[in-house]
Amino acid sequence: MNNGWKDIPIGGVIDKPATARRYKTGEWRIQRPVIDREKCTNCMQCWLYCPDMAISGSLDGKRMKLGEFNMDYCKGCGVCAAVCPVSAIEMKPESEFI
Amino acid sequence: MPVKLTVTGAAAVAHAMRQINPDVVAAYPITPQTPIVEYFASFVSDGIVDTVLVPVESEHSAMSALIGAAAAGARTMTATAANGLALMAEIVYIAASYRLPIVMPVANRALSGPINIHCDHSDAMLVRDSGWIQFFTENHQEAYDFTIMATKIAEKENVLLPVMVNLDGFITSHGVESFEMLDDEVVREFVGTWKPKYSLLDVEHPVTYGPLDLFDYYFEHHRQQEEAMKNAYKELPGVFEEFAKISGRKYDFLDLYKTEDAEHIMIVLNSTASTAKYVVDELREEGKKVGLVKPQVFTPFPKKEIQQVLNGRKSVVVLDRAMSFGKEAPLYSLIKSSLYEIASKPSLGSYIYGLGGRDVTPEMLRQAFEDALKGNLIADEQRYLGLRE
Ligand code: SF4
Ligand code: SF4
Repeated sequence: MNNGWKDIPIGGVIDKPATARRYKTGEWRIQRPVIDREKCTNCMQCWLYCPDMAISGSLDGKRMKLGEFNMDYCKGCGVCAAVCPVSAIEMKPESEFI
Repeated sequence: MPVKLTVTGAAAVAHAMRQINPDVVAAYPITPQTPIVEYFASFVSDGIVDTVLVPVESEHSAMSALIGAAAAGARTMTATAANGLALMAEIVYIAASYRLPIVMPVANRALSGPINIHCDHSDAMLVRDSGWIQFFTENHQEAYDFTIMATKIAEKENVLLPVMVNLDGFITSHGVESFEMLDDEVVREFVGTWKPKYSLLDVEHPVTYGPLDLFDYYFEHHRQQEEAMKNAYKELPGVFEEFAKISGRKYDFLDLYKTEDAEHIMIVLNSTASTAKYVVDELREEGKKVGLVKPQVFTPFPKKEIQQVLNGRKSVVVLDRAMSFGKEAPLYSLIKSSLYEIASKPSLGSYIYGLGGRDVTPEMLRQAFEDALKGNLIADEQRYLGLRE
């Protein structure tokens, strides 16, 4: 969302549900998680703990499988890297991705 | 048929509220506002209005309750004064920035301390930058009329701002005077029914009030408030016009008294204007060309109208019933800055009067006029009327 003052609802009212999706918290990020798929065991700890629900997962038969890290919402807190039991996630500075 | 009532100003305002019949009134007593909500509470208990009266435990809660009610889509009112307004101040800003058209008569009273319960305008000036429309009223009639007009302007779709109707504590609120009360149906029709733009109770169109705004949109929302004030300025003449149709009383941004050929003009808010008009009459009898300007709309400040009326005058004295310590007095600084752009600038004088209910006599106002008549004004000097040296 990058609307000017004429285009937004008055009074800070949020006039539609689920607009939080349009609020890209990823802009705050100064480091990002980089996953090593070779090490990952699909234990889904990172998916469970990500405070921004920035990590997706899908069912692969009866098991969950780790999906993508959504950089629109990942704010680089590093929780996923901290909880990963096999250290498959490394936090790298954003400057490396410019 | 309109009827004449001889009552206190508080009762006059309460009658306006009764005729508006708001959905929710939050009430907390504070001198000298208390009789307004007391009269109104008796209308509620007698079943004359169908308002929900919320007796709260403080003014902070009064304004908070109204914000909840107004966000839910209710037409809301309360009244306050002085320290009550100060306690409410945090929420007063929130009401304006959430664009909730709450109407609030304020029985102007000195802010403590030292403790004082009498009239001055320090309370109104405390919140002058809060984003509320502010009217100032001279007497019962104006307090009644502007309370009704407040509802109308507050709820304009392109305005949606809360409104304060200032009336002088004790002088107007407790003084007994006659005023003309319109018929209930006439007022009801004038204010119409309130259709909120957003309502928390409208489940078909769910909304969220009060999200975090931070650096992302706070700036833009304040810009919108400024635009709403500009719209209020544009819409007010229409409201005055409509009100004139139902009442025969035509208001404007400024009340002008004998200003047409006046060389020396006094500017003062609220009830002191009555005393000033008396002094103007006296001086006119002595052949002095004096006149009075009483701003009835203080926010949005009628700069253009001030410029038009003051351009080419010899001198202007501005009377403030509040101080802005270390700076120029609130009304004076606005008048002075308005004159920056006009072609023919009058000489200017700033006078502080009547703080904490200090009596204002015709002699005091005469003194300010005499300074003007003698050409003895210094724009950078703040003078005091009725202060013991
Ligand atoms: S860094 Fe934080 S926000 Fe980003 S994916 Fe990991 S847990 Fe989620
Ligand atoms: S916590 Fe580590 S191992 Fe578990 S799914 Fe996430 S990246 Fe893979």
